[in-house]
Amino acid sequence: MAKHIFRRVYLWEWPVRIYHWVTALAVVALAATGLMIGAPVAVMSTREAYAGYWFGTVRFVHFAAAYVFFFALLLRVYWLFVGNSHARWSAFIPVGRFGTFFREMWAVIRTDVLQLQKPPLDFVGHNPMAATTYAFIFLLSAFQIATGFALYAPMSAAWLPGLFAWVSPLMGGDAGVRLWHHAGTWVFLLFAAVHVYLVLYHDVVESRGELSSMVGGSRFVEHPAEHR
Amino acid sequence: MLTPPTIWEHAALLGHSRRDFLKFCSWLAAAAGLESSQVGQVVHALETKPRIPVVWFHFQECTCCSESFIRSSHPIVSDVILDKLSLDYTQTLQAAAGKQCEDALQQTMKKYKGEYLMLVEGSIPTGDDGVYCCINGRTALDICREAAEGAKAIVAWGSCASNGCIQAAKPNPTGATPVHKLITGKPIIKVPGCPPIGEVMAATVVHLLTFGTIPKLDRVGRPLAFYSRRVHDTCYRRPNYDAGLFVESWDDDNARKGYCLYKMGCRGPSTYNACAVTGWNGGTSFPIRSGHGCIGCSEENFWDNGPFYNRLTNFPGFGIEQTADKVGLAAAAVTAAGIGAHVALTAARKGGVIGEQERDAKEP
Repeated sequence: MAKHIFRRVYLWEWPVRIYHWVTALAVVALAATGLMIGAPVAVMSTREAYAGYWFGTVRFVHFAAAYVFFFALLLRVYWLFVGNSHARWSAFIPVGRFGTFFREMWAVIRTDVLQLQKPPLDFVGHNPMAATTYAFIFLLSAFQIATGFALYAPMSAAWLPGLFAWVSPLMGGDAGVRLWHHAGTWVFLLFAAVHVYLVLYHDVVESRGELSSMVGGSRFVEHPAEHR
Repeated sequence: MLTPPTIWEHAALLGHSRRDFLKFCSWLAAAAGLESSQVGQVVHALETKPRIPVVWFHFQECTCCSESFIRSSHPIVSDVILDKLSLDYTQTLQAAAGKQCEDALQQTMKKYKGEYLMLVEGSIPTGDDGVYCCINGRTALDICREAAEGAKAIVAWGSCASNGCIQAAKPNPTGATPVHKLITGKPIIKVPGCPPIGEVMAATVVHLLTFGTIPKLDRVGRPLAFYSRRVHDTCYRRPNYDAGLFVESWDDDNARKGYCLYKMGCRGPSTYNACAVTGWNGGTSFPIRSGHGCIGCSEENFWDNGPFYNRLTNFPGFGIEQTADKVGLAAAAVTAAGIGAHVALTAARKGGVIGEQERDAKEP
């Protein structure tokens, strides 16, 4: 057997990493406060209403985190056009290479999910399955931003939420917007569960530095030239 | 030729004093959200402008809009605007019937072509060529198109005419359709609600009569003066919401204390209407003040956005009583099971896989 030579490859540029962690924190805050807004806990208090504001604070955190989430996504969208090959839009939408893309996606499912095929199966950047999932998450993020700001617009004098006010009539009023915004939260939570699990899985089983790559930006790849 | 009388002339004829009339004008201006400096304009308009002819159609409706309108709290509204003055055609309230009634309509539409105001109460069925609502042997669709042709502006009374209301709820067997989806090229003012508040209706009509212009409308065509804010934003229970004090079940202690009805399914946070400001029945009360949540009757699809007593509405495509949270929890359980299975499979194979890789690495 040949020697294993690992090389350090720089994958994730700083805007990608900032986007990742800022969004991760924002999503935790948004999901926690969002579910709380959807079904507030019962606080049996004898205090008068003027003496408390906890639910208002929960909503404030949700709205503030929404702005953070929005601007982080803007940065990422900008980077879709100016970033390196792993960050560019073409990493997510495989124009001109759909055939290989879907063949490789099937290989990923066989190897990582169904475990029918033996590892290693390595991709330097996003594997096709991950890239497709992230593309979907970008779209879902945009959807959450549009529906969220549409709900927020009537209680805000700010310019930005007003830009999304057209969403409400389109979806048949605030009640429908609220429902789909709420459903979107669940998709984020399910995504997060699978995402975190798979990253841990790759780290534990394959030891390729998946987890730390999103901190330092680099990971170790065996013979990068031989891999995709 | 006699010029048609003004509203003031009619009011005076009916024995209303000048003082009553001025009070009425101020009341209208206040209800329409005008500045105090504009009261003079209202007075002037009602004194001098000849009335605009009005035709009021009743299609797929329950007449609750008319009922609400005639209960508008100021007597001059019902006395003058409704009974005597503006209505050339309204099957429900006019004295004439049958042929005389239809003749009056035709006459107005011919004589005042391009000038009359068309008020529509009820949705218009479009299924099966519109046979589900016929008047005088003609379908509502047909009548509506003909009348809209010569109308100066159209007012869609109530949720039926504005967004279809209950008739248009799933599965909408008659193909009930709101006015704005059938008529194009005419200004359409929507005054949704089931029914709309009488004062809001009166103020909308009076705005049209007074200024001869369309009131400022929001994105979907509702007068901003009444529909720019959510019931939630003007609700007197709002401080309880911000403080997180909620009614947990009907008739619990919190309900008695008048806490927020948010968790009981109140639609105030997604409903645009003036209920909490204007009140109902002459400002006596409104649903939330009476201890019941808002059902969002002035919102599109409100009948399908049920159940009324749950915060979270049913999730479409998953049957009755399936909320987004239930679907989400089920999906989470499936995800957890999938991850669990994967962990088990990995654990079973891990020793082998890693061992093999290590052996590979050690071999020269």
